[in-house]
Amino acid sequence: MALLSGKLTRPGRCSLRFEWRLCLALSLAPVAAVAQPYGFGEVATPEMIAGWNIDIRPDGTGLPPGQGSVGEGEQVFRQSCAACHGLHGEGTTAAPALVGGIGSLATAKPRRTVGSYWPYATTLFDYIRRAMPFNAPQSLSADQVYAVSAYILNLNGLLPDDAVLNATALPKVVMPNRGGFRSVYQSVGP
Amino acid sequence: MKIPKRGIGRRGLLAGAVLPVTAPPVAENAELATPPWTRSQGASVLESPYGRPSPFEGRVIRRPRGNPPVPTAASANTPLQDLHGIIVPNGLHYIRDHAGTPTIDPDQHRLLVHGEVERPLLFSMDDITRFPSVSRIHFLECSGNTPLWQAEQVNPRWTVQDTHGLLSCAEWTGVPLATVLAEAGVKPGATWMLAEGADGAAMTRSIPLAAVMDRAILAYAQNGERMRPEQGYPLRLFLPGFEGNTSVKWLRRLKLADAPFETREETSKYTGLLPDGSARQFVFIMEVKSVITHPSPSPTALRPGFREISGLAWSGNGRITGVEVSTDGGGTWQSAVLQTPVLPQCLTRFRLPWTWSGGPARLLSRATDDTGAVQPTRDALIAARGTNSDYHFNGIVKWQVDASGQVQLAL
Repeated sequence: MALLSGKLTRPGRCSLRFEWRLCLALSLAPVAAVAQPYGFGEVATPEMIAGWNIDIRPDGTGLPPGQGSVGEGEQVFRQSCAACHGLHGEGTTAAPALVGGIGSLATAKPRRTVGSYWPYATTLFDYIRRAMPFNAPQSLSADQVYAVSAYILNLNGLLPDDAVLNATALPKVVMPNRGGFRSVYQSVGP
Repeated sequence: MKIPKRGIGRRGLLAGAVLPVTAPPVAENAELATPPWTRSQGASVLESPYGRPSPFEGRVIRRPRGNPPVPTAASANTPLQDLHGIIVPNGLHYIRDHAGTPTIDPDQHRLLVHGEVERPLLFSMDDITRFPSVSRIHFLECSGNTPLWQAEQVNPRWTVQDTHGLLSCAEWTGVPLATVLAEAGVKPGATWMLAEGADGAAMTRSIPLAAVMDRAILAYAQNGERMRPEQGYPLRLFLPGFEGNTSVKWLRRLKLADAPFETREETSKYTGLLPDGSARQFVFIMEVKSVITHPSPSPTALRPGFREISGLAWSGNGRITGVEVSTDGGGTWQSAVLQTPVLPQCLTRFRLPWTWSGGPARLLSRATDDTGAVQPTRDALIAARGTNSDYHFNGIVKWQVDASGQVQLAL
């Protein structure tokens, strides 16, 4: 199977279908037939999953290899982000402010930014990698995402000018509003 | 019933003449004219292979509330003031996109199910549509619907399309989520599910499995036809009663885990800031709510006399059990008639006969659901949550009718 499977880069590549029914018949494994009621779908191998497995969890699970500095991030930001978010992340009519507002959440005019509101630095990496820059999502390299994350956190005073982020350092950044959220989910459902 | 007179001789004379586009006005006591569409063949059945509304209904369209600076990260509202019953036609279902509507070839679309499962699986649309299916009628409402938290941001010229049009209702057909997850085999520790879209936002939300296993659908059809691109073609998650954005469109991935993923869309966005600076998170359920759609703010003034009041009520917690209507600003209330069927997590149409005598009136509706929850006043909501919550406004709204018959939003 490893030879048949490829990383999921685009949907059309998954053309080599693997019929579970056929597999089960060949392997004479009736127990698995009970476990998989309909036998639909093909096995997704780790190699295939890697292409789409882009989520990052608050403990850093999912962060890729690579690194980026505040200084490198400033270059990425000017090239790919400043047109919408402003040269210093102050925001424009097209995109929200990324900087400022720390300490404002309990006031009549709260300013919700990455610095003041976001509870996890890992979410910044996750979101930039999946959805930014707006005109070319998923086009930045891991190094560039680390770098621009570092720069935005630096603009918020949360990292020094010489900081470098990687998979170890990013989850350790403590965001000011880390404890600011309370789930109301327990009132939901059965 | 009067049978229109037919001037056969005159029709013969007019044959071949240039016909007026509309029937001429009927002069007082004149013989009723036979309009041109009665004296000719209409359009061929071949002319419109996919039917369109009458050209006279051209004003009934989706519209954004304002002028969106970035139209691919924006919404367009359903014209509730022009609709009847509870089903919203597919071309008028509200849209909320975060990176525009992608054009996806269903043959190339795949759904990946992985994480805490026994067998990570990749499904084609052919696989998905082979599973046993269900069809259910449900509302979908954006949690940002009805932005009446801050008085200074309210435009008194807003219509019900502006205030409540991020709300629609359709029959959704698909495979139960539980069926697809059983195929992959849910591991005992899996309590949350990441749902991810294939759009340019790779829109991502964490969903608690226990709350949705009995209701979630992987939907591919909407009101009988394959779902519209702007609703997630070819596949969307549909979570009845949950805030709209959790019904992730263009669904490409479900990943099971033991905790929420804390994505941007459940931290930075779709959370409700309270006056003390803390924020409500994972506010999934769209709570009991109603609105009068007829009459509602319009450039056309009401005429005195009989006028049916009608509107919509819904609750993400279950069925609507009652709607009360006030025409005097909440001084007195009358029970409205609920149109059956009354379904859970579905729009319910309510009606009340009313005669407008011509004086000022203030129209309100207040819904109750089968959990006993009653739609709150705006004042009660603000007292509980302040004015920076952004989302989940389910308060009672007021339509002010002035002596000239103009209807306008009032706070």
